[in-house]
Amino acid sequence: MGQLYQTQRAMRHMRKAAMQRGVIAILDVGTSKIACLVLRFDGDAPALEGVGSMAGQSNFRIIGAATTRSRGVSFGEVAAMAETERAIRTAVQAAQKMAGVRVDHVIATLSGARPRSYGLDGEVEVEAGQVTGGDIGRVLAACEMPDYGDGREVLHAQPVNFALDHRSGLADPRGQIGQRLTTDMHLLTVDATAIENLLYCIKRCDLEVAGLASSAYVSGVSSLVEDEQELGAACIDMGGGSTGISVFIRKHMIYADSVRMGGDHVTSDISMGLQVPMATAERIKTFYGGVVATGMDDREMIEIGGDTGDWEHDRRTVSRAELIGIMRPRVEEILEEVRQRLDAAGFEHLPSQQIVLTGGGSQIPGLDGLATRILGQQVRLGRPLRVQGLPQAATGPAFAGSVGLCLFAAHPQDEWWDFDVPAEKYPARSFKRAFKWFKDNW
Amino acid sequence: MRSLKSLLRREPQYGMRRDPAPTRWGYRYQRLMLTPAFRIGMRFGLPVLGVALVGGIWFGQADNRAAFAAQLDRIKATIQQRPEFMVGAVEIDGAEPALAAAIKSFLPETMPISSFDLDLPEIRTRIRELTAVADATVRVQPGGTLEIAVTQRVPVAVWRYVDGLRLVDAKGVMTGMIGQRSDRADLPLIAGDGAREKIDEALALFAAAAPVADRVRGLVRMGERRWDLVLDRDQRILLPAANPVPALERVMALDGAEDMLARDIAAVDIRNEDRPTIRLTEQALVRLRRVSDNN
Repeated sequence: MGQLYQTQRAMRHMRKAAMQRGVIAILDVGTSKIACLVLRFDGDAPALEGVGSMAGQSNFRIIGAATTRSRGVSFGEVAAMAETERAIRTAVQAAQKMAGVRVDHVIATLSGARPRSYGLDGEVEVEAGQVTGGDIGRVLAACEMPDYGDGREVLHAQPVNFALDHRSGLADPRGQIGQRLTTDMHLLTVDATAIENLLYCIKRCDLEVAGLASSAYVSGVSSLVEDEQELGAACIDMGGGSTGISVFIRKHMIYADSVRMGGDHVTSDISMGLQVPMATAERIKTFYGGVVATGMDDREMIEIGGDTGDWEHDRRTVSRAELIGIMRPRVEEILEEVRQRLDAAGFEHLPSQQIVLTGGGSQIPGLDGLATRILGQQVRLGRPLRVQGLPQAATGPAFAGSVGLCLFAAHPQDEWWDFDVPAEKYPARSFKRAFKWFKDNW
Repeated sequence: MRSLKSLLRREPQYGMRRDPAPTRWGYRYQRLMLTPAFRIGMRFGLPVLGVALVGGIWFGQADNRAAFAAQLDRIKATIQQRPEFMVGAVEIDGAEPALAAAIKSFLPETMPISSFDLDLPEIRTRIRELTAVADATVRVQPGGTLEIAVTQRVPVAVWRYVDGLRLVDAKGVMTGMIGQRSDRADLPLIAGDGAREKIDEALALFAAAAPVADRVRGLVRMGERRWDLVLDRDQRILLPAANPVPALERVMALDGAEDMLARDIAAVDIRNEDRPTIRLTEQALVRLRRVSDNN
């Protein structure tokens, strides 16, 4: 725990250094694609008049963007190290080439690694009558750590809420007067091995990691609009190998999870159902895919082709209705799994139950109708926010995670490691105690 | 209907597609080339270093250095020997023929010469070192003429010295020698040690002696202290050391009034201004005694 705190703190320092240099890369390691965006921070005023700072989005610009077909990643986790490393290298090189600058610092995200959410609370007495940064550090450290098991690491530990005496819902209690400070903290743990593998791959590319984030979280940051984040909403990021779920309220993530199913499973269903290679299945899915069959679809025949030289085999056709018949059960399964996770998290108790579908999988035509029937009435399709300099090709819902990571890089939320550890946790404790004893007695 | 699809030529696909990933070293090379310092180094530092290295090696050999210097000299010579820079004629202004001949001896013999090879300050210094020259300007005129303008010293007196007769200008500087007094009969004569240093006083005295100018032989400096004005018939006017000019004017006044100097006297001594004294010649003294004896 202590070591992780130090690691995360070191990453924060790295991020600060990168911001000072003005160039930072973000790396979205997904199952179907690896995206690398190079951001330039110039820190000057927004270009347009009458436009505010837009929550820190206006002070950076994307100067390089590249995506590459992901290899060696499955379920959002690194499965083949060398392959993944090469894919990361491809993406980073192309982005660097487009940007014309060398990047040394990278902020990475990963979608798999079995995230698990914990809600913690801590309580301390305020020392000086007025809440200071040290009190916040102490109250965060006072949260009792759940036994999240060996081989897991804390990825996010965000204070969600502060309460001072009987006033709750404080965003920043510093400077306020009170006696009893309590906090609610959201802790997200992931598999340590998945993180380590990813870090190792990035290190092999001569890059320094300046931050890590969960893909579900950053997708929510980019595709939920402000009032959704404030009132309560869930973001479903339908990726290639896994589907991320994040629940936001009061602009804080309170729950995150991932379903280990995604678009690749739909593709493999088509591949198996139609007896075609994965590449063809992917192509058929993206061109003709859907989840709601109509009468017209029975008549629309899709030539699925083949390259065997056998005329009968190469001339096969399938009706779109059949294709939808293959895809729909799998999509339903994913959405039902998401429904279960949301139910388990108590999503129905939130004041607003907006659900936003994003990610590459959300582009299946008719998905919103299907999702409405499974997840509830308030479903919409989300696209990521617009950021300066993003190429047109990277503005689709498939890049929700990448764009969210840009926002995360520009404007990270306060986490536990942004506050100083209380003095008692330092190894120099005995010295401090001796000093205190001297001060008290003389 | 038979499809033509299988008849079309296709690129054969062997296994997987080519890996688009850069090699590890390729990736590192690209990152290195994107490093600004390295790029500047490659663009400027390396060429400069290379040129410096080649030049250094080439110049490291003595033969090459010598050849380079020779080539440099050749180029320099071809430029300097261009007709625009050649000096062919000399024009000497303000010098009499003897002085012009002396000046010509300082100039290089081979006359069409490049103006780069002429050391004008040196020539000017040497001309100015001549006693007869007060000042000189030396310049190369467009068209290749060396113009030497000389201001000669003007002799104002002849100074008789142990080794002969010398000409002296108003500042006491010797300007030349003459063989005989009659060569410059127009100039007054001075003599004696220290006469040259007091030439201005001598000139004032000669001016004061204008009434008897046709009789003046010269001025003699006595004991580097005072002057004697020598007239013909060996008459002398002994002048005081201090204020000799008023004293001489007084003698001239006496002469004008009494016609004193025309008489047979050997010297007028006015060294003591309160008591001017005249000395008679031997014969005059005898005659005077005889006359007084007869009376």
